[in-house]
Amino acid sequence: MRAPLFWLIIVAVGLAFIVLTRSFLTNEYFYFAGYVVLQYIVLSTAWNILGGYTGYTNFGTGAFFASGAYCSVVLHKLPTLLHSAFGLTIAPIPLPVMILAGGLISGLMGLGTGYLTLRLRGVFFAIATLALSIVVQTLIVNWDYVGGSRGIYIIRPALAPLGGGYIQYLFSLMTLLAVVAVGIARSIERSRLGLGLHSIRDDELAAEASGVPTLRLKLVATALSGALMGMAGAPLPYYVTYLDPTSSFNLAYAVNSVAMPVIGGMTNWIGPVIGAILLGTIQQVATVTISSALNLLIVGLLLIFFVIIAPNGIVGMVQSWRRQREA
Amino acid sequence: MPEADATPLLEVQGLGKRFGGFVALDGIDLTIAKGERLGLIGPNGSGKSTLVNCLCGTLQNETGTVHFAGRPLNGLIAHERTHLGLARSFQLPKPFHSMSLIDNLRIPLLYTVNKRPGHHLSDTAIAERCAELLKDVGLADKARRRPRDLTQVEMRKLELARAVATGPVLLFADEAMAGLSHSEIEEILAVLMRLNEEGITIVLIEHIMSAVMSFSTRLVVLVAGHKIADGPPQEAIRNPEVERAYLGE
Repeated sequence: MRAPLFWLIIVAVGLAFIVLTRSFLTNEYFYFAGYVVLQYIVLSTAWNILGGYTGYTNFGTGAFFASGAYCSVVLHKLPTLLHSAFGLTIAPIPLPVMILAGGLISGLMGLGTGYLTLRLRGVFFAIATLALSIVVQTLIVNWDYVGGSRGIYIIRPALAPLGGGYIQYLFSLMTLLAVVAVGIARSIERSRLGLGLHSIRDDELAAEASGVPTLRLKLVATALSGALMGMAGAPLPYYVTYLDPTSSFNLAYAVNSVAMPVIGGMTNWIGPVIGAILLGTIQQVATVTISSALNLLIVGLLLIFFVIIAPNGIVGMVQSWRRQREA
Repeated sequence: MPEADATPLLEVQGLGKRFGGFVALDGIDLTIAKGERLGLIGPNGSGKSTLVNCLCGTLQNETGTVHFAGRPLNGLIAHERTHLGLARSFQLPKPFHSMSLIDNLRIPLLYTVNKRPGHHLSDTAIAERCAELLKDVGLADKARRRPRDLTQVEMRKLELARAVATGPVLLFADEAMAGLSHSEIEEILAVLMRLNEEGITIVLIEHIMSAVMSFSTRLVVLVAGHKIADGPPQEAIRNPEVERAYLGE
């Protein structure tokens, strides 16, 4: 399928999903839970651009995600700051602008950390990204303006654009973000860039010898992956209404965004989507029916199961089943 | 064989490389003329692969200069040298294992050949060129297969085809024949000979003496990081130092 057609289809699906849910579902809890699943579609798809396509395991999802969230906090407080400091009055900054800003900040952070760490491979790169998460969290904890370690309350605007409740607005935005993330991932996969990233994953020295500018491509992947994670994090303050470093840098974000592509399959765009929908839904159901503490246990067990039984994820399982039928 | 050009294609002066306290290469001088078939031999650990790695940018040499077609290479990283026309195959084949053979060859075509001004290939031209390259090394019927389905000799042919796909001026074939049978060696030699006839200068790094002797127009011998002989193959192997290095006192 051609890229423009694919974009057209997923945008249509996204819009139809928004319209249908708004017309038929009034239970706010659906939007509250659905938002998390959609957020994980963005995070796992973003993670997979670097982790799946390029072969670099990033454990720093929390850093990129929370940077997007804290960027929104800064922008949320900006009108008040400008007013008290300079007497300037500006309108509150709309959320879509915050999402773009969060993407920009996290994308730049991806570029910077990428430049410093992409010479490391395998487990050393993973450790470096984990360290990044701790460094950024420490900075936020010590930054009083955004609430420091005690956290910050964010009051949602009284009216939501597009009508409906504010949670429905957040849900719609996250749906669009998921569409954008999936569209980007799929476009990369079929492009020259995607082939270059795959060659890096397979063998970096051979890729260089074939003329692939590996460092530049890896930087593109880290920046893009980081930017999407930051965009996913930008609406978080309005979703939780109380943002603190411990929960926004939660290791669960990193673990989930690794586990979802691994379980779904890392070689193409659909894998992280399947993983996120499956795991995200199970977690949401488990939270209400059993206990909220059970979430990560489920992730852990499923991860062990898949790593042993189906290391190529659900997509890999289906592919090998098809090959067997053909043979 | 094409006529050798008077101006050197590759000029190496005083090249040195150390790994910590170990001197892998020391003061290597080497000139390669266009169209040559150069054999590079030496005992294990003598620095042959390190030299290739330094010339192709996989490693950076600490001392000395390298000029390629009159242009200094120092500081250029591997893919930039590939773009200039230096290609290499790896001693242990490094295929892109998750891709079909066609895609293995598409990488150098997309990232090297298409980068050269005036050489941009369309998608169909790339597909044709891939098929042609696979046919040249006798892998045409396996175009859609993955490298894991290949035998050892096929893997080495793929490695060679991928290096050739970059459209090189100078090709380093690093032990392309290790572990192969006599007929398989003949196959690879024939491929290399044909490439040379097409105008590609070839440096053959090899332990199999019969192959080196029949292929090379000139032989360079490295021992413990030093160049100890450089000249016509028959003369070079009769050099007393070379005999000592290979056969002992």
